[in-house]
Amino acid sequence: MSGLTQEHAQPSYLDQQGKYKGLLGWIFSTDHKRIALLYLYTIVVFFLVAVVFGLLMRIELFFPGQDIMSPQTYNAMFTVHGVIMIFIIVIPGLSAVFGNFFLPILIGAKDVAFPRLNLLSWWIFLFGAILAVLSQFAGSGAPDTGWTFYVPYSAESDSNVVIALTAAFVLGFSSILTGLNFIVTIHRMRAPGMTWFRMPLFPWSLYATAWIQVLATPIVGITLLMVIAERTLHIGFFDPALGGDPILFQHLFWIYSHPAVYVMILPAMGVVTEIFPTFSQKPVFGYTAIAISSLAIAGVGYFVWGHHMFTSGMSYSARWFFSFLTFIVAVPSAIKVFNWLSTMYKGSIDLKPPLLYAISFIFLFMIGGLTGLVLGSLATNVQVHDTAFVVAHFHYIIFGGMGFGFFAGMHYWFPKMYGRMYNIKLANIAWGILFTGFNFLYFPQFVIGMQGMPRRYFDYLPQFQVGHFISSIGAFILVTGIILMIYNLIRSAHKGEVAPANPWRGSTLEWQISSPPPLENFDEIPVITGKPYQYNTDDLGNE
Amino acid sequence: MYSGASNFVEGVDKAFMLIMGISIFFLIGITTVMIIFLFKYSRKKNKKPSTNDGSIKLEIIWTAIPLVLVMLMFYYGWVGYAPMRKVPDDAMLVKVTGKMWQWIFEYENGKTSPDLVIPLNKPVRLDLYSPDVNHSLFIPAFRVKEDVVPGYDNYLWFTPYYIGDYEILCAEYCGLMHSYMTAKAKVVSQEEFDVWLADFTPIEKESEHPGLLIINANACTACHSLDGTRLVGSSFKDLWGAKKIVLVKDNEKEITVDEQYIKKSIYDPDAEVVQGFNKGLMRSYTGVISEEDANKIVEYLKTLKK
Repeated sequence: MSGLTQEHAQPSYLDQQGKYKGLLGWIFSTDHKRIALLYLYTIVVFFLVAVVFGLLMRIELFFPGQDIMSPQTYNAMFTVHGVIMIFIIVIPGLSAVFGNFFLPILIGAKDVAFPRLNLLSWWIFLFGAILAVLSQFAGSGAPDTGWTFYVPYSAESDSNVVIALTAAFVLGFSSILTGLNFIVTIHRMRAPGMTWFRMPLFPWSLYATAWIQVLATPIVGITLLMVIAERTLHIGFFDPALGGDPILFQHLFWIYSHPAVYVMILPAMGVVTEIFPTFSQKPVFGYTAIAISSLAIAGVGYFVWGHHMFTSGMSYSARWFFSFLTFIVAVPSAIKVFNWLSTMYKGSIDLKPPLLYAISFIFLFMIGGLTGLVLGSLATNVQVHDTAFVVAHFHYIIFGGMGFGFFAGMHYWFPKMYGRMYNIKLANIAWGILFTGFNFLYFPQFVIGMQGMPRRYFDYLPQFQVGHFISSIGAFILVTGIILMIYNLIRSAHKGEVAPANPWRGSTLEWQISSPPPLENFDEIPVITGKPYQYNTDDLGNE
Repeated sequence: MYSGASNFVEGVDKAFMLIMGISIFFLIGITTVMIIFLFKYSRKKNKKPSTNDGSIKLEIIWTAIPLVLVMLMFYYGWVGYAPMRKVPDDAMLVKVTGKMWQWIFEYENGKTSPDLVIPLNKPVRLDLYSPDVNHSLFIPAFRVKEDVVPGYDNYLWFTPYYIGDYEILCAEYCGLMHSYMTAKAKVVSQEEFDVWLADFTPIEKESEHPGLLIINANACTACHSLDGTRLVGSSFKDLWGAKKIVLVKDNEKEITVDEQYIKKSIYDPDAEVVQGFNKGLMRSYTGVISEEDANKIVEYLKTLKK
């Protein structure tokens, strides 16, 4: 192994003793690595809750008619599933966990720019997350508006909408503060010699993401507050019964929520961009193109929100113009795929679990992206808008993209984070089950969606039975894979083999410090003299 | 899928074919190349990785080609869509009301129907109205969908090409019974349509109770079943004379369902809601159901008691 394990003066961040001991030493720690793990554990817990909701919905949809729950429960189920998954897991997910843990290390810094603000972000996040779950149980019944909170229904529904809206509002603050922290960190904290174009590509993607978080999140925050004002004070912003405009809500909602999709996917693209060069032992292909395309996605991504509203009654010129821009934003994603592929070309490829997840990321993301073209085109959008096709599309993008990107990152950086290695064979098996279940679960939904199966349907017409049945079976396979994967990682965090500093022959800075990293990452801040992703491959033949 | 049930099917399906064709080509192509690389350049076989880190020429090629292809897709989507916004002058007008959770189709001569009955080969314009929340009128076979938004004058149009019954669905989530907000589009010959349109006799048989006719005309049964099934509201079966706990301003109170309570529930539904059911789901029928009609409903409910 070529790892240059250093002997550090400081203990690892896991062993370090600060002012507090035990749990308090974690929840009051301002160390970016500990905060990253706080996010990780919070996210995993909420993820499992939302997975259970998803599974219950799929059980209900096994057969037509009412099976295990009432329509009211079902509607609450998909609302809370969406709110938790979107606002607690996929929007913060990669930035908060891997961004927090690895951004400072990758740019050669001891911590983020504002460590205390970073801890505050997690506390806000926890508070918002608890509110979201509370909305399910407290007061007048679980919210039943869908995670999109469309007015007038959300202004009129009797259920617990205000708490759910407040939760999303609070979570937004956590997102803004994390974004702000990362922007300042990247601008001010890079190690000497690390120019912008010597920075690894995961930080580049976090940089693009952070700008979206800072600029777009306030819009949804204000919008949600307006709905709360509408419900409590009866001020007519959006509800036509009070003189408001329901389409205005949709515009404001998607001005944030479309860029938010890029908040979810850009860091995932960043993670796999780290993985392809490492496991090919070859410099990343088209460094500049990948960095610029992240910025291009973030930039153009602001101007395509209208494609969620092609059938809403928007003007005809807005419809075709948003369609046009939507097709433009597809191009930078295509550029990335070609560059990843070329990174593997003539490489020395080691198919370990992180790479397995990374290539399945490409496959699933391509399906998600290409079906996005079907949705972006006006004529076909009319047929598939608000159908199961959309559900399949965004699960391919968000779960297949962000989710598999997250799993890829988890398997890539696990030995660094915990200093132990997971069981590779078990990880491969879990991946196989997960990948199979995923496609069984979501692919049939493309088919029934094209045939006209609307989304958010508690019950369905008999012609959609086969698709729903296969999809529900897929859900069980998928959940099995998730459980196996999580079991493997939890077990290995305690009992896995001790991992070397650089198990994958990585070249970026995190692999040059010990596993797990010491408290302040580097004894001496490194000086950067060249581009990232340069590999010494002379000894590959000896392995 | 369906074959040409309306004038838009061809344009929409062409765009589908083009986008899916290109997509499947790239999906299979890229995946195959990826798998070939995994084997061909595996560490076992290749211990000397190349150090090539980019090519401006390639970047330009794989920016330009996708750009051209997506513009082509945009164009086909636009061409297939543009006619959907240009309604012919001779289109037959039908006013559609989508409300929680039923469709009502109203024709120019004043006839209303729970199903959309339309003549073959004649353009139809649907003007979409909602008195409550957002809905979306979706007829998959015709490839048409447009949201029904309160306060907005949305519309859609099409020309049906084949006689038959087609599903009408609500595609925009609208609350509890969203998935039951369905109707049929019945395409019939012009002659059959003319006869149907001129016929104003209620669909119900003469022998049916006048109270039931009013219940059906106002779609009460969307939420109140006649057979004891629990829906959004109390079932009408065995309701008359029953003792119920109701909530009056959050205080529980026991009442007997009598004429006064039923009328109160029709005109001021949120005042006293039976425990276990939600407020705010039913609107007031003041000005819709007359006192006389309310009496008929009361008489009918009496017949539903064992």
